[in-house]
Amino acid sequence: MSPANGAFGANGHVVIVGASLAGLRAAEALREEGFRGRLTLVGDEPYEPYDRPPLSKQVLTGRAAPESTALPQASGLDAEWRLGTPAVGLDLAGKRVRLADGDELGFDRVLIATGTRARPWPNPAEAALDGVITLRGRDDTVRLRRDLAAGPRRVLVIGAGFTGSEIASACRGLGLPVTVTERAATPLAGALGGTIGAVAARLQLEYGVDLRSGVSVTSLEGDDAGHVRRAHLDDGTTLEIDVAVVALGAQRNTEWLRNSGLGAGPRGVACDAGCRVFDMYGIVTDDVFAAGDVARSPHPLFGFEFLALEHWSNAIEQAEVAAHNMLHAESERRPYIHIPTFWSFQFGVSIKSVGVPPLGEQVVIVQGSPDERRFVALYGRRGRTVAAVTFDQGKWLEFYVDQIERAAPFPPQYRNVAQPEARQVLQAEFPDPALPTEAPMIVRTGHSPTERAWTLMPAGGGRR
Amino acid sequence: MKLMTMRILVDLNRCQGYGQCVFLAPSVFELHGEEALMYDPGPEEEQLIPVVRAAAACPVQAIRVERPGKQA
Repeated sequence: MSPANGAFGANGHVVIVGASLAGLRAAEALREEGFRGRLTLVGDEPYEPYDRPPLSKQVLTGRAAPESTALPQASGLDAEWRLGTPAVGLDLAGKRVRLADGDELGFDRVLIATGTRARPWPNPAEAALDGVITLRGRDDTVRLRRDLAAGPRRVLVIGAGFTGSEIASACRGLGLPVTVTERAATPLAGALGGTIGAVAARLQLEYGVDLRSGVSVTSLEGDDAGHVRRAHLDDGTTLEIDVAVVALGAQRNTEWLRNSGLGAGPRGVACDAGCRVFDMYGIVTDDVFAAGDVARSPHPLFGFEFLALEHWSNAIEQAEVAAHNMLHAESERRPYIHIPTFWSFQFGVSIKSVGVPPLGEQVVIVQGSPDERRFVALYGRRGRTVAAVTFDQGKWLEFYVDQIERAAPFPPQYRNVAQPEARQVLQAEFPDPALPTEAPMIVRTGHSPTERAWTLMPAGGGRR
Repeated sequence: MKLMTMRILVDLNRCQGYGQCVFLAPSVFELHGEEALMYDPGPEEEQLIPVVRAAAACPVQAIRVERPGKQA
């Protein structure tokens, strides 16, 4: 461990905007690396940092209390907390963060870790109906639990990404009738492609989910008291429902950086591989860093394309790199070369992924069998391995991380693991990126701070 | 609201479903299916010893336990 640099390390002020997983981890890492100066964490929610993944799983089923998700904190953090006070602006020249209550915090270095929020239902009047809900934070879970406890006739989950699928799984666990609508051909299509998504679809059907793929919800209808009671689909169907969970992915919290002069927008905050934020001209700043869901950075293993990763481990590891680079001189800085990794638990199956499946054009089952819901699927692009996805076979992922890091040939030839007899290379079947689907969680955002690979826009008329 | 004195965080990327924690602290950890671990992140204080044992026994060392204001 090297001593944090000079006067800044002893007396400097680091402001961390965003008090969730990335913000907390960065604060801990700064202290671990010897930062002795002032540390302030700014959060829009009134709660100390908490863990989000349980919210759509054990908290929703009542297995754990919402307030029990508070994250462990290293002792000796010695931070000042400004919770329940969103940041509303950043003055780059004056090195100040403006808060919603009018206060200003001067900083020597700042970390932007404001994350994402749930994409709302596009029709504001319908979104305001009782029983229409998005799930992102603790308060959302409390509301949804209350609505589910009221014994709804049917729950509608709009969007079969990971969050939507996990919510549907929790509802089935509670014995509630559930309909899931997904615009793509299968659940999880944006994240895993349609070929593996078809396995997820069979899983949902087995667990009694009324799965409607390839359809859109065109409108939600309330009763006289303003409670949602019906959903209209674009295939002409009407569903009788009492709860509608809108799970249409995430939007990045970058509005507060408007006019800051930073390279920030709807696709995230552009930063270099060392987490240093670009300004609007693509020039890297010295004292502004980004980490977590809100950041997009060029990935050395994937053609230096700017990726925004909405993953738990990304928040942790990128925060650690940002903290390290805040404290160290140029020659000691570390690049962020994390292999994207995530998990999802749904319908009794553990789905895990390493690499970037949406880069894959083809997919092959290298171990196990989709019929048994136990398998390893490998994704390839132009003859090299870019991702692996497991269903209840998580122990194999470490092996495939190595394959991905070495850009191993695809389709692979392993002699050291037993393989299915009739191995077939299939198309991965990712949906047309121009069409909005559920949350892909890995968002490809182009090759320069200002370029974008595609635009995700809701289609007109309240459809999705 | 119950007093939360213990906080647990499991790195579920690392977890491979060995289930040692389920044996040692069954009221805190449970497996759904073969590999999906669900746990109570803020269990009662009386669970401390089972939880600490579970964390120590985890073959991939994926369980972090902290006690705010105390040495865990």
